[in-house]
Amino acid sequence: MAETTAKRSIVPYGPQHPVLPEPIHLDLVLEDEKIVDVLPNVGFIHRGLEKLVQKKDFNEMMYVIERVCGICSFVHGMGYCATIEKVFDVEIPDRAKFLRTMWSEMSRIHSHMLWLGLLADAFGFESLFYQVWRSREQILNMVELHTGSRLISSVNKVGGVLKDVDDDKLKILSKTIDQIEEDMLRVQKVFFEDYSVQSRLKGIGILTPEQAHALGAVGPFARASGIPLDLRMRGDNAMPYIDFEPITSNDCDCYARCYVRFMEVLQSIDIIRQCIAKMPADHTLVTPVKGNPQGEAFVRLEQPRGEVVYYAKANGTKFLDRFRVRTPTFANLIPLCETIKGENFADLGLLVLSIDPCISCTER
Amino acid sequence: MAKLANFTPTILKNLFSKPATTTYPFEPFKYPEGTRGHIENDIDNCIFCGMCTRNCPTRCLTIDKATHTWTINRFDCLACEYCTVVCPKKCLHTVEGYQEPMPEKSTVTYTMSEEAIAAEAEKKRIAAEKAKAAKEAAAKKKAEEEAKAAAEAAAAEAAPEAPAAE
Amino acid sequence: MTEVFCPENILEEIKADQIPEKAMAKIAEGYRFSQACAATVDNHLELSYSFAHDETYQFYTFRILPEDGEEIPSITRICPPATFYENEMRELFGANITLIALDLQDKMYRIEEVQPFAPEKKEGE
Repeated sequence: MAETTAKRSIVPYGPQHPVLPEPIHLDLVLEDEKIVDVLPNVGFIHRGLEKLVQKKDFNEMMYVIERVCGICSFVHGMGYCATIEKVFDVEIPDRAKFLRTMWSEMSRIHSHMLWLGLLADAFGFESLFYQVWRSREQILNMVELHTGSRLISSVNKVGGVLKDVDDDKLKILSKTIDQIEEDMLRVQKVFFEDYSVQSRLKGIGILTPEQAHALGAVGPFARASGIPLDLRMRGDNAMPYIDFEPITSNDCDCYARCYVRFMEVLQSIDIIRQCIAKMPADHTLVTPVKGNPQGEAFVRLEQPRGEVVYYAKANGTKFLDRFRVRTPTFANLIPLCETIKGENFADLGLLVLSIDPCISCTER
Repeated sequence: MAKLANFTPTILKNLFSKPATTTYPFEPFKYPEGTRGHIENDIDNCIFCGMCTRNCPTRCLTIDKATHTWTINRFDCLACEYCTVVCPKKCLHTVEGYQEPMPEKSTVTYTMSEEAIAAEAEKKRIAAEKAKAAKEAAAKKKAEEEAKAAAEAAAAEAAPEAPAAE
Repeated sequence: MTEVFCPENILEEIKADQIPEKAMAKIAEGYRFSQACAATVDNHLELSYSFAHDETYQFYTFRILPEDGEEIPSITRICPPATFYENEMRELFGANITLIALDLQDKMYRIEEVQPFAPEKKEGE
């Protein structure tokens, strides 16, 4: 029998595409509808924010690092302050630790609900998309009530936090998260058991646990392949006082990633309830910090998308030598290329969305 | 197990209840308490030290001590509230309500009122007079002490000379 | 309360040509490649390669202080996730990393200025 070879074509995908959620460029080698090879390319949103370290002193730099990304903004601000505090070797007061944990869990709920809505939009279920975003408005109103602004909160300071929360605001927050939990439990059946959702998500984008470990996957992308990696187990801020277990799934496909992120919303609601119950009564918010930083430090935190690594190097003047942010999407791009090989071209938008890309974080 | 029509109860509930959107221009919008809108200055308490100007991340503030003015470019301001944190007299504060749109970028200037300038000048004059009076009193005291010391030294010189001359 | 794992970060200084064998040793012990970054301190380059363990949450960093223009072998053939980090270090800092598996030829960020963070070259060398 004569050997036939399928015809291969090279198709550029992105950065502008109606289905793509973020401006990433992929050069795909297609064989009739199946993707055989992929070459990724990033670099469209590079703003050179790390060069501003030479012009703005270490207190003002907080406002620059917060604006690296809009969705993950609170954790970037908190991570910058935590790194500089580690260089100075100071410890922040207890109430500031609980407030930081509470606000970062609120930021995680908002980010995961945004992703769930975009996922529903990517497979065409627009009513579900708007139903989830309608509930998300409530958590954004709570963030605005506590910190002053919906997304970019500007409430961290080297040494603690700037704003306090009184009992009335905690009561309103408590009532709101009860309402959000009720809304999410009502759509849970649709996400997990509906026939149209399962036929689009089950069985595509498989990443085995060995591949995930060898290629350096982090965050919910790795937890959906069975690796229980969650940086909140390191015990920063108020985590030693909270009962919490990482959520994993053994299915390794897009359905497992949806399951992990949905259950994390419910888990974050539980963590906020524990923080409200255990909030310390002493109202000191800031440990004063004198002089200029000297030395270097590495800090790792858990962003909604995975493990983020901050590195600061200071030399005794008020300008830092170097500040580096390694975001989780930078680490997840190589495993993404591995999951794409062998899938259909029509599923590509959904697969790129399943790692929760945040390209403005990747390329500061 | 996969099921069909899981979303139908929610659709029916949404069909018969109030819409989620509000009719914004016809209904005024209520901002939550503590929203970061724009920065205003209580200019009569300002001492024109320049801390806010030096620490602003976007450099949108300028002051002029001679004419007692404080200028802000609201289009460059991020409402990050860092100036309210570093102000020593706490005369900067945040007011709700965003910057209104305009055809081109413009600045807003706050000038100190006449009574406040007069009150400050009066305070300065009184302080200067007090300082001058204190300085004169100190100089007079020093002169008296020197004269006393000189007189004692002269008396001490005259006393040994008298026995020597005898 | 949950059990927390909070070991101290470890920093080890090595020579530039030792990095592939050290990386292979760490991967054999079960570590995952986490990040690689560069810094310009006092007009000299400093590279840091970090590995993280997922069960004990230990973070191990290797520090390389290369001479001007010294060649640093790439670890992408042992450790594919290091691709983007090594391309970035070469493009922005001028680190001389050779034999990268997926070489983007300095076009990763497409910036106008050549090697903006690199240490300044001394006159007459």
